[in-house]
Parts: sequence; structure tokens; C-alpha cells
Amino acid sequence: MAIIERPPSTEVATPATPSSSLGALKRPVSTTGWKSWVFTVDHKKLGIMYSATALFFFIVGGLEAVLIRLQLAAPNGKVLNADLYNQMFTMHATTMVFLFVMPMAAGLANYFIPLQIGARDVAFPRINAFGFWAFLFGGIFINLSWFMGGAADGGWFMYAPNSGPVFSPSHGIDFWTLGLQITGIASLTGAVNLITTVLNMRAPGMKLMRMPIFTWMQLVVQFLLLFAVPVITVALFLLSFQRNFGATFFDVASGADPLLWQHLFWIFGHPEVYILILPSFGVISEVLPVFSRKPLFGYPFVVFSGAAIGFVGWGVWAHHMFASGLGPVSVAVFSVATMAIAVPTGVKVVNWTMTLWGGKLEFTVAMKFAIGLIVLFTIGGLSGVTHSVAPSDTQQTDTYYIVAHFHYVLFGGAIFGLFSGFYYWWPKVFGKLLNEKLGTWNFWLMVIGMNMTFGPMHILGLQGQPRRMYVWTEQRAGEGFFNLGFWNTFASIGSLILTVGVLLFLINIVITARNGKIAPLDPWNARSLEWMTSNPPKEHNFDSIPTVSHLDEFFHRKYQEDANGQMVQVKTAEQVLKELEDNADAHIHMPSPSYWPIIIALGLPVIAFGMIYSIPISIVGGVIVLFGVYGWAIEPSTAPDDDFDPPTTTKDVVHVG
Amino acid sequence: MWFTLAEHAVITAGEHDTGHGDHHTSTGLSNNKLGMWLFLGSECLLFGGLISTYMLYRGRVGEGPRPSQVFDIPFTSVSSFVLLMSSLTMVLAVSAAHKGDDRNTNLWVTITALLGATFVGGQVYEFTAFYNEGMGFTTSLFSSSFYVLTGFHGVHVTVGIIMLMSIVGIMKRSKTPGSKAETVEMIGLYWHFVDVVWIIIFTLIYLVPA
Amino acid sequence: MTTETHSSTEHGMSNAGYVKIALILAAITALEVATYYVDFGPLFMPALMIMMVVKFVVVVSYFMHLKFDNKLFTWVFYAGLFLALGVYAVALATFHFFS
Ligand code: HEM
Ligand SMILES: [Cu+2]
Repeated sequence: MAIIERPPSTEVATPATPSSSLGALKRPVSTTGWKSWVFTVDHKKLGIMYSATALFFFIVGGLEAVLIRLQLAAPNGKVLNADLYNQMFTMHATTMVFLFVMPMAAGLANYFIPLQIGARDVAFPRINAFGFWAFLFGGIFINLSWFMGGAADGGWFMYAPNSGPVFSPSHGIDFWTLGLQITGIASLTGAVNLITTVLNMRAPGMKLMRMPIFTWMQLVVQFLLLFAVPVITVALFLLSFQRNFGATFFDVASGADPLLWQHLFWIFGHPEVYILILPSFGVISEVLPVFSRKPLFGYPFVVFSGAAIGFVGWGVWAHHMFASGLGPVSVAVFSVATMAIAVPTGVKVVNWTMTLWGGKLEFTVAMKFAIGLIVLFTIGGLSGVTHSVAPSDTQQTDTYYIVAHFHYVLFGGAIFGLFSGFYYWWPKVFGKLLNEKLGTWNFWLMVIGMNMTFGPMHILGLQGQPRRMYVWTEQRAGEGFFNLGFWNTFASIGSLILTVGVLLFLINIVITARNGKIAPLDPWNARSLEWMTSNPPKEHNFDSIPTVSHLDEFFHRKYQEDANGQMVQVKTAEQVLKELEDNADAHIHMPSPSYWPIIIALGLPVIAFGMIYSIPISIVGGVIVLFGVYGWAIEPSTAPDDDFDPPTTTKDVVHVG
Repeated sequence: MWFTLAEHAVITAGEHDTGHGDHHTSTGLSNNKLGMWLFLGSECLLFGGLISTYMLYRGRVGEGPRPSQVFDIPFTSVSSFVLLMSSLTMVLAVSAAHKGDDRNTNLWVTITALLGATFVGGQVYEFTAFYNEGMGFTTSLFSSSFYVLTGFHGVHVTVGIIMLMSIVGIMKRSKTPGSKAETVEMIGLYWHFVDVVWIIIFTLIYLVPA
Repeated sequence: MTTETHSSTEHGMSNAGYVKIALILAAITALEVATYYVDFGPLFMPALMIMMVVKFVVVVSYFMHLKFDNKLFTWVFYAGLFLALGVYAVALATFHFFS
């Protein structure tokens, strides 16, 4: 069968004719049905798949969180026993960090980076597909442990000795370790792919300093992933070898230094927190200018402070280890470095505020979430600064105060940013506007719920409630009305409100899909290139690749300065799009679908499974991978021209990828 | 700051499309090559972590042998030399590939693979000898971290050998001479990287006394 | 992007040049091994380290063409290398490895 080419202007879908293609299996060619998704290499489809999967894991992680809060809602909680409680908080954090926020950001990156830089796809479309499947299978693999004797229970940072077989005899941590290796491969390949895409695939004139901020922040994130993932890879391998093959890397009794794990984990872990937050910073740096009707204040500062965060983020990891006996010199150095990192973060907050200042603000739901991020993240950033002071941190560490800190930055920051992005970009991806009214409820319930849940944790922590405590009793809750018991119950009620808030988002999705308003071409009067395409964009994104001459190119095509220096609208979005369509490239050959990415990815959990249960299974997995790699290697990423339908012999074919 | 520096590099590379050869990328650089260098940059942190683990644990031998008791410097020197020379044959293969000379490319690639296999063979021999001297994987922190580090390196060499053998096969199928030059170059980059990692391992692990 | 490329052979080196470099590398390796047998006194560690770095840089610059290629490649690679050096050296220092 031939690969179907869709000429940009004429909507012909001639039936595909059989023809040959290289590779052991003939290429998949379906353009509809499940096969068009499973074997796709299209960055937009993959972006949707990443995000949908991440959303699913968000629900899983959310249910785990609710169980945790139910257990702590009342004294002598009976919802979970101690063992299950340990599994629950470990898997909650793991799921939220590795299976929700990271892949959700990856989904947005996949979908929007090529659109924002004026490209038709990413640099390595098949690697992109592989990355998605590796993430999905890795995520499933980690969660399989629930059904195979219990999940990981050592906390998301998995310190020794809790990570050793003595304290965690089930296979949970083995699943966790190997599953994270697999999702790590996905992150690493994604980083190589997206960095190459950003550097190499920009439209003519799209200089680095003309790139939308979201793309910039993602570029920083991908560099962080590129260099941070291998560090956790080492740590996870050492742990696997300890658990599965009898090594003693973190076993004090055998003379090991358990701090080695802590160093490796946090050398990865601190860059990781910026991997989680910077994409959201990018999102709101797009949203705020659009709904303030003015350009981002201090674009270069936002870019360079983002890069600075990425750089300084490598020099602060030991602030997670202040209480571990590092020695006074190390503690002092890392304490100062941590204070320093608050500076570029503060620069960003100032820039956003200045963007709002004097703008014609339009409080759409996307805008509400963006402003919510500024406020809530700042609270979290401030508590962060309080634990950068080591003596103060020794009081706070391992208490609920830390839990409060990271939920303000992660929920109030990362997740609010992602939600802002959902409401902003939904019409681009699905052609329909999410319901704003429901969205407003969604927003306020999340704000109230999140503050009720995590706000009291500051108090709980400063009163000395340790984190990861599975039960509390009346006696230990203390005296007075506002005792620890009260605040625990209060936080649990908050978590239910939060849940309702998130639920409203899911309901909004359903309602919008059923009978949502069809989005106009440019619903928000936006500024960047991704809006210079149809909703949703065509498979090849742009009929002709735009030449870029401005930051905020789309805005500058619509608006020009008049004699008085006022920006006035000279063209509608429809007219701008029409210009691109009129110059459409005749034959665009997109990268062709392929079986191999999913096949290779499928081999990985099989290998991992064998490492836990029986090495021969690993060999089978290895063979699957090898088979996939060979198929991949001999199949060209874009089918030859005569494989297209109709076969193209003319010279004016544009090849993508 | 590497971002700014990288940006300068991109800018000097030309934002405009002056590209070498057939490339239609913003920087004029090949996607594959940029991807490979990014990957190698990432690998530095992988091997760095493994080397540091070894460094931390090299003196912790427990009841087992010390490094100086098992290391056979003359033997390892020879195998290091073999790997070093495989870098020469690899670069000759790349050079032939760029000239479109498939015959010589095949020849040098094959020799490189053979030298690599000799190195891995030497490693297997060495591991066996160590094992027989009472140094198992779990004997001590030193032994575990040694085997993990050199084992990872060995796996990298083995992957390299598989790639080299595969490219010989693929080149036989291809009709246009020199059409796989970039792939050969890419494998070359990987191969040299594995070699420089060994340059570090040989000095830090074998020659510097614990 | 297309799969076919013409890379930097134009400004690369001749095969004789590569052989010369390999000979230099071999000579340094011989010297390195010699430190194992001959006592270099206080020079031992610095000499070994310098030779290691020289070999590393030579292979990367010439065999891997970094010297002739676009500077972007140099930046991404050395960024990883120096980052690794930085974080791991600091981590080892907290274990008093260097004292
Ligand atoms: C103003 C910037 C920030 C500063 C100064 C800061 C400081 C700190 C410090 C010193 C700790 C360790 C506390 C302890 O365990 O005793 C910590 C923990 C944490 N921070 Fe931050 N932080 C900042 C921003 C962020 C951001 C942006 C994120 C993520 C989006 C984040 C996520 C976390 C997490 C997840 C932990 C807890 C890790 C754990 O123990 O499980 N922080 N922060
Ligand atoms: Cu941190």
C-alpha cells in the first residue's frame, strides 16, 4: 500500500494502491482508525497521546493522594495500613512527577514546539514515537507492581536503607527502578530530539531570540533532561544491581556510603524540579501577554533568567541533604547557592507582573490560572527560601512544612501552568473552546482546595508533624481548638474540594467534546506562530513555511504601527492564513508511519520483567528490541517518492524529517 | 553559561541557510550529527557517575583482593592499545566513506570491529582471571563498582561492534557508493567516544594506585 | 532534511595525518605505562593526568573532528563533560575524597 499524500489545497483522498516499501514488514498506511494512532510518527498525534496518557496518570496519582488524605482525615485512620500507606505516598509522588507533569509537559512540547518555530515536524519523528511508547510502557510497568506483590514503598527519593531488600522485600522497588529506567530512556531520546528540533528546524528568520518563550523554556528543560537523566540512570542501575544481583552499593553494613545515593538522586533531583516547573513558566509567559494585550515585559530577561535557572540549578542539590551530616563547609556553600537561585526566579515573577501592569487584562480561564500560578508559586518560592537557610531547614526538613513548600511550587506552579495551557491551547488542538463558565468553577475550586489542603501543612510542619506519618491520635494532636488534628481534617476536606475542581475539568472536556463551541480561527487574538495554522492544524502544519521577521510574528502580521506609533489591525487572522495557503507547497511528503517504534519500546518492559523474575525473559525482550532496531535501520524514515499516492515524480517535492 | 555560548555557536553557524551540502536546517548542521553529539554529551554524565562511584569505593575491598593485587597492567596496556588503534582504523573508515570508497570503508570497518572484539575478548579474559583470584561481583564494594564500570564500558563497545557489523551488511545492500557515509561517521563518533572513556578508565582505574 | 551528507572532509585531515596522530597517541600510552615501572616521584600524578587529558583532547579534536567542525558540537559535548566534572568532583569532595 502506498503512503497517502495529502496535497495542501485539494482534499483528495484517492484510494491507496499497493506498492513496495522497504523493511521486513510493509509500512502501515492507515490514515484513520486505531492504526493511524498506534503507528503514527506525527508530532501532533504523539503530543495528544502523551497528554492523554499523562492525564490518565494524573487521575491515578490523584486517587492515591485522596486515599492518603482520607487516612489522615481523622484520628486512628483505618483506610490504609502502614504498609499500604508507604506504597501510596511513594507511588503518588512517582506518578505525579514522572508520569503526569513530565509527560504532560512533553506532550505540550511535542505538539507546540514545531508549530511555534514554524516546522512541519520534529527532527526525529520515529524517535518521537518511540519515546511516547517507552513512556507509556514504563508507566504501566511501574504500576504493574500493585498487582504483583505490592508497589514501591521507599518514598519517591528512595533513600537507603529503606530501598534495600531488608526493609522492602517485595518487588515493588524493582518495578519502580526498572520502570523509571524505561521512562528515563523516553526522556533522554525526547531531549535529543527536541533540542535538535529547536536548533535545526526553525523557519527562515526564526532566530533564537525570536522564539516564543514556551519553546525557549522547553529548550532549557530538554538540556536539563539531557544531562540529568543519565545521573539517575546510574543511581537506578546501582540500586538494581544491589537488589537483584547482590551488590552492596548503599549498604552501610558492608562499608558503603548511603549518601552516595542521596548525591546521585539529588544531582538529578534538583534539576528535575526545574524540569517540572519551567514548561509551566513557558506556558504562562505566552498566556499573560496575550490576555494583557501587550508584549511580554523584558523578553530577553525571561529567556536568560530561564537559562540561568537551568544553569545554577546544577549547583544546589545538596540543599536536600542539609540534615545528613555533610559537614559545615558543604552546607554553607550549598545554602548560599540555594539563596542565589531565588534571584532569577524572582526576575521572572517581576517580568510577569510588569507584563500585567497597565495591560488591558482579559480574565479568561487561561489567564486566571496564569495569575494563580504567579501568586501560588511565589508563596512556594518564599518557603523555599526559608529552607535555603540551613539552620532553619534542620527544623523544617522531613516535616509537613516541606510538603507544603513543594506542593505550592508543584501544584500551584507546575500544575496551574499546565491547566492554563489546557484552556489556552484546547481550541488549537481540538477546534473547540472549553467552557469558560465551568472553567471558572474549575479554577476557583482548585484555588480554594489547594490552599485549604496545603496551606495548613505549613502550620502542621512547623508544629513538628513529620512527613510520611501514617496515622495520628488524639493524644499526639495536642491541645486547643486549632490542634494538629483540626488542621489534618481541614486539609483532608480541602483535598476533596480540590478533587471536585479537577473533576470539573474532566467534565468540561466531555461537555466540550459533545457540544462545545466551535473555536474561531484566532480565538484569543494570539501572538505566536502556532496560531497561524488552522484549528486543528493540518497534518503538515503549514501550507507554506512562513518567513519570520519579528518576535510575536503572528501579531506583527495582524497589527502594524500607524503614523502615531499606535498598533492598529491591518489584517485578520483569516487573511494571514490565506496568504500562507496561497503559496502552498505542491507536494509535501511527511515522515511515514512505522511499526518499529512501538515494537522496540515493547521490548523494554520485557527485558525489565526478566531482570526481576528470570533472565531468559530478558533475552526474549532483547531479541524484540534487536529485531525492531534492524527493521528501523533498513526502513527509510520517509517512504520513497514513488511510494506515495499518487507517485510523485516531479522535482518539487518537499521532504519533511 | 552554555546556553548563551551554544547560542553564539548557532549564530556563527549562520541562522541563514548557507548550509553545507544538502542540509536544509536552520544551522546548516545535520540533524543526525547534532543528535549524536547531544547524546555523547549526555553520556559524559553517565560514565562520570560510574567512575565517581568506583573512585569512592576503590579502597573498600573487605575480605577480597585489593586492586593492585589483581590488576595485570601489561595485559590491560596491550588491550588498551588495541582499542586505541581501533580509533585509527575507524577514522580511516570514515575518511574512505566520505570519498565514496565503499570497498575500503568496508575493510576498515571490519578491522575496527575485529579490534573491538579483541578488546572485549580481553575483558572477558580479565574478568575470568579476576574471578578465579577470588574477586566476584559481590565480593566487595571495590569489585562491584569495578565490574559495573568496566562492564558498562564493555557493553558500549559491544554495541559499537554490532553497529559496525550491521553497517557492513547495510552497505552491501545499498546501490549508491558513499550513500551511508553519514551513518559511518555517526558510528565513528560513538566509537571514538567509547575509546576516550577508556582512556580515562585506563589511567584513573588501572594506573593510579588506589 | 536529507540522509545524504557531505561533511567536513574538505577541512579534515589526510590519512597520513591520522596515522601520525595515532603514533603520537601510542607514544603517550607507552609513557603512561612506563610510569607504572619507573618512579616519577612527585611528578607521577600530574604527569599521568596531563597525558590522559592530552590523549582525550587529541582523539576528540582530530579523530572526532571537533577541531574542524561547527563549534556548536564542541559546546554541547564539553558542556556535558564539564558539568559531569563539576558535579561529581563536588560530590566526591563532600566525601573528603581529595583530602
Ligand atoms: C525559589 C526557589 C526554591 C528554593 C530556594 C527551594 C528550596 C528548597 C529546599 C532547600 C528544599 C529542601 C528542604 C528539605 O528537604 O529540608 C526544597 C525541597 C523541595 N523543593 Fe524546593 N525550592 C525552590 C523552588 C522549587 C521548585 C520550583 C520546585 C518544583 C517545581 C521545588 C520542588 C521541591 C521539592 C519536590 C522538594 C522536596 C523534595 C523532597 O524532599 O521530597 N522547589 N526546596
Ligand atoms: Cu532542590
